[in-house]
Amino acid sequence: MKTIYILWLRQLKRYFRSRARMIGSIGQPLLFLLALGFGFGPIYQKAGGGDYIQFLAPGIIAMGILFTAVFSGIEIIWDKQFGFLKETLVAPVSRLKIMVGRTLGGATVAMVQGVIVLLISLLIGFRIQHWSLVPLAFVFMFLTAVLFTAIGTAIASKLDDMQGFQLIMNFLVMPIFFLSGALFPLEGLPKALEIITRLDPLSYGIDGIRGTLANGSHFGLGIDFLVLTSSTIIFLILGSYLFSKIEI
Amino acid sequence: MTDHEKIIEVKELTKTFGTFQAVKAISFNVDKGDIFAFLGPNGAGKTTTIKMLTTLLHPTAGSIKLNGFDPQTQKNDTRKSFGIIFQDPSLDDELTAYENLEFHGVLYNVPKALREKRIEELLKFVELWDRKDDLVKQFSGGMKRRLEIARGLLHHPKILFMDEPTIGLDPQTRNHIWNYLKELNKKEGITIFFTTHYMEEAEKIAKRIAIIDQGKIILEDTPEAIKKQTQKETLEEAFIALTGHQVREEEATAKDQMRLHGRLWTKR
Repeated sequence: MKTIYILWLRQLKRYFRSRARMIGSIGQPLLFLLALGFGFGPIYQKAGGGDYIQFLAPGIIAMGILFTAVFSGIEIIWDKQFGFLKETLVAPVSRLKIMVGRTLGGATVAMVQGVIVLLISLLIGFRIQHWSLVPLAFVFMFLTAVLFTAIGTAIASKLDDMQGFQLIMNFLVMPIFFLSGALFPLEGLPKALEIITRLDPLSYGIDGIRGTLANGSHFGLGIDFLVLTSSTIIFLILGSYLFSKIEI
Repeated sequence: MTDHEKIIEVKELTKTFGTFQAVKAISFNVDKGDIFAFLGPNGAGKTTTIKMLTTLLHPTAGSIKLNGFDPQTQKNDTRKSFGIIFQDPSLDDELTAYENLEFHGVLYNVPKALREKRIEELLKFVELWDRKDDLVKQFSGGMKRRLEIARGLLHHPKILFMDEPTIGLDPQTRNHIWNYLKELNKKEGITIFFTTHYMEEAEKIAKRIAIIDQGKIILEDTPEAIKKQTQKETLEEAFIALTGHQVREEEATAKDQMRLHGRLWTKR
């Protein structure tokens, strides 16, 4: 437990000490909220969708979590390059514990990020519909955070340098975000797009957050929870496996 | 302490990266309480050997016994037995000096009170106590090195591995650190296994020396015996006589090669 705690603490310290990273990672969600929220707002209203900010905010909260979580997982590449990973790998601690500590740390950081975006969206007009469901929303946020930190860890275990980072951003993180229903409703989509959104685990995270904080869950909260939990478990196992295979 | 108590036993140890044989069936023993120098030109296989001894790499063939444990199957027992100072820096730049040591102490399960006492002692010894709350990224290369040495000793290991520990240190610091290590070796019987490119350092400090070149051990003996056998005045001359004058590939290219092989290897 103590080792998991110290690994968790390290991730948090690194995050809170890097002000540039905090500000940088708030900038993007803020831009999306303002530009898309107010830009598409009138059209969305005319189409009969209601308040677009109300729809968009949960998607952007999940986006903040997604980016921070994947990035936290990918940080292992830095640790490889700066040598710190060796220090943890020769210690008499199982790789599983290292992976769990890091993942929980990264997920906590991503969770903090999500809460910051939630507060920002409250400032620009987002209204929480069911305050009693807020704890449940936090559960969905945390599951999303753990899931994508584990995915980041799994990928980073296979990479040696940051060259692959752009590739991951453009071919994995961006598609996961844009094809998740963060920006548009999942009702009445073309068949192909519908299938893709159903395969995207982020869809369920966003749907869960939207269903608890705002109105209208598309899949149903039960399904959201089930899919999210099972994919989190799968990627935790995969991440642990790949992490345990690292040789340096 | 008997002469026959072996703390490191290596038999026919081999490591292959793709088609490149980095270490070729080497065998050697290190007695408990010895100071053992592992010398060789760049790319000779020193670091690869240390990585196998310290559970970071799986040997392709051969066997290792470290403090009686097999690094492949008894990882945790092996890891508790040694401390290591890596060739490349391995500190967390975003943490303070104190936090780096604390992190290490927790991972090695050193109880809190003892941990605090030892961290203070060690930081004072490497003269970093007044900088304990500064982030490591503000430190110079020499200060980082000193901090790493302090960290390697924090859990009082039975064996201390040091891969070119004194690189980039001034003679004063080098002396200071070696005096402390010799003291520790004498008082606590800690076994020291190190690599270096400073031949006079190896000659002065090591009780036994193994010279490795192109993945093979070409000689293993006391410094005096090596000089005698090669009929040279100094270890440096003996070393050059044994390994030739040819300048070796830079370490970086050797490492790149390894990385490339490693990548091909993992992709299968």
